[in-house]
Amino acid sequence: MGQVIAFWVLAVAVISAALGVVLLKNVFRAAILLITCFLGVAGLFILLNADFLAAMQILIYIGAISILVILAIMLTRELSIGSPSNKFQIPALIIAALFCCGIIWAILNTNWQISNVAPAAVTTSGLADRLFGKDGFILPVEIIPTVLLATILGAIVLVKDKKK
Amino acid sequence: MTIGLEHYLILSAIIFSIGLYGALAKHNAIVILMSIEIMLSAVNIALVAFSRYIVPTELTGQVFALFAMAIAAAETAVGLAIIIAIYRNKETIDANKIDLMKW
Repeated sequence: MGQVIAFWVLAVAVISAALGVVLLKNVFRAAILLITCFLGVAGLFILLNADFLAAMQILIYIGAISILVILAIMLTRELSIGSPSNKFQIPALIIAALFCCGIIWAILNTNWQISNVAPAAVTTSGLADRLFGKDGFILPVEIIPTVLLATILGAIVLVKDKKK
Repeated sequence: MTIGLEHYLILSAIIFSIGLYGALAKHNAIVILMSIEIMLSAVNIALVAFSRYIVPTELTGQVFALFAMAIAAAETAVGLAIIIAIYRNKETIDANKIDLMKW
């Protein structure tokens, strides 16, 4: 019962925060609501027995990405302009609504193979097994640091002042 | 009433559509990037829900979500660096006015 209430509270919170991000005129408030949205997603991860992922969600999204977004908002001084919608507002709304209806129709008409096995209570050791163990995901684990290194270098090169 | 896989998938679809609308209908490049973040979060919810309800002991979906998070962090860093570079050169981050590569 508690899980049901928690799911609905988190669902309403995440959806209203996401709506606020796309509808509010003030970019800074949109960024704050984006953090709320990420927090709600972390709560959903906890409900889904993904404790390690919830911690990573808070560390990476709330700790790093939101700081970057707020920093970029402050650096670009676009607060006065805000975030108006462009002339494609109505077509975009129709496309998003059609997409949503299509996906929900597909979800409701698929026969999912639900498993009744109880999920792992602690996922950290299981995740480490999947990532580093035999027949695991060791190649992507090796590729990700390369991607991150390239990202750091690329970001530095892009924002470096070239006039000097 | 219990919460099942469909609830999480429908929630994920709704959040993804909100992000899609924001990415298509906004002027401000930073807001477009924020909408893309919302879409990536929605996909993560779906992946973790599949992992929880279809293969509860395998954790494959959670591994995918972990990689998606790392790529999302990289994407945000590069995206914001590009936006700041554009702002330096053109004094605007209005996606409609950034038309250097428009034919």
